[in-house]
Amino acid sequence: MILSNTEDVPGSTIREFYGVVTGSSVRAKHIGRDFMAGLKNLVGGELKGYTELLQEARQEAIDRMTQQAQAAGANAVVNVRFSTSSVAQGAAEIFAYGTAVRVE
Amino acid sequence: MDPLLQIALQVGPFLFLLLFGFIIGTLVERSHYSDIRKREAKTRTLPVISFRRAPPSWQVSSGTLVSGSTVVSIDYFKRFLAGLRALVGGRIASYESLLDRARREAVLRMKEQAIASGYDAVVNLRLETSRLASSNRKGQGTAGVEILAFGTAVKRGA
Repeated sequence: MILSNTEDVPGSTIREFYGVVTGSSVRAKHIGRDFMAGLKNLVGGELKGYTELLQEARQEAIDRMTQQAQAAGANAVVNVRFSTSSVAQGAAEIFAYGTAVRVE
Repeated sequence: MDPLLQIALQVGPFLFLLLFGFIIGTLVERSHYSDIRKREAKTRTLPVISFRRAPPSWQVSSGTLVSGSTVVSIDYFKRFLAGLRALVGGRIASYESLLDRARREAVLRMKEQAIASGYDAVVNLRLETSRLASSNRKGQGTAGVEILAFGTAVKRGA
């Protein structure tokens, strides 16, 4: 499965369109991570626990999106976009969407 | 209890956190900036453009999605300063440097991923900023800002 955020797959041509595919993941941080982040909040800088958490969530959203594309018979997803929104206190939704296509 | 001692007990922890945040926060920022500059120099050979397509002259042969992200938060001292600044308005320099660091870090991670997978350039760079508001009504708790950089890494030449 090829992913790209451009309107085509570099180096190949789009043969068929399968429509929009989406994937999402809602994650809450766990207490251990939140505690460490609380300490980190005093000194500032990167909150590594959160970075990892969101990366995992984004990967899961991408996986769900590509599964959907695969089920439709596509071999690539183009014009992939992400959106992040904090839906509740301490929880974030990561949403990935793109257009499933077949390229050659 | 001695009123002076009482005041000291009330203000003490706050002053300690302020000083602690200032010293450690400044050190962390300084070392992060020197790290960023070093890695930026190292990844300078990989061009990143924000055009939707690669220029035709690049003769792109293949591509894939690459991304880099980071979640950052500000230190106690700077948060206090920003709170004061919010009273009179104007530029909050401390937040500017934080977001600058985060954005450069995210782009660097993306570039490093592209280099590690053997790509020559990144096109259609997009940057996203989202606030992970998790502070409760009292203004406590942790809050961070996530910066996400993503684009399509491409191989040049046939």
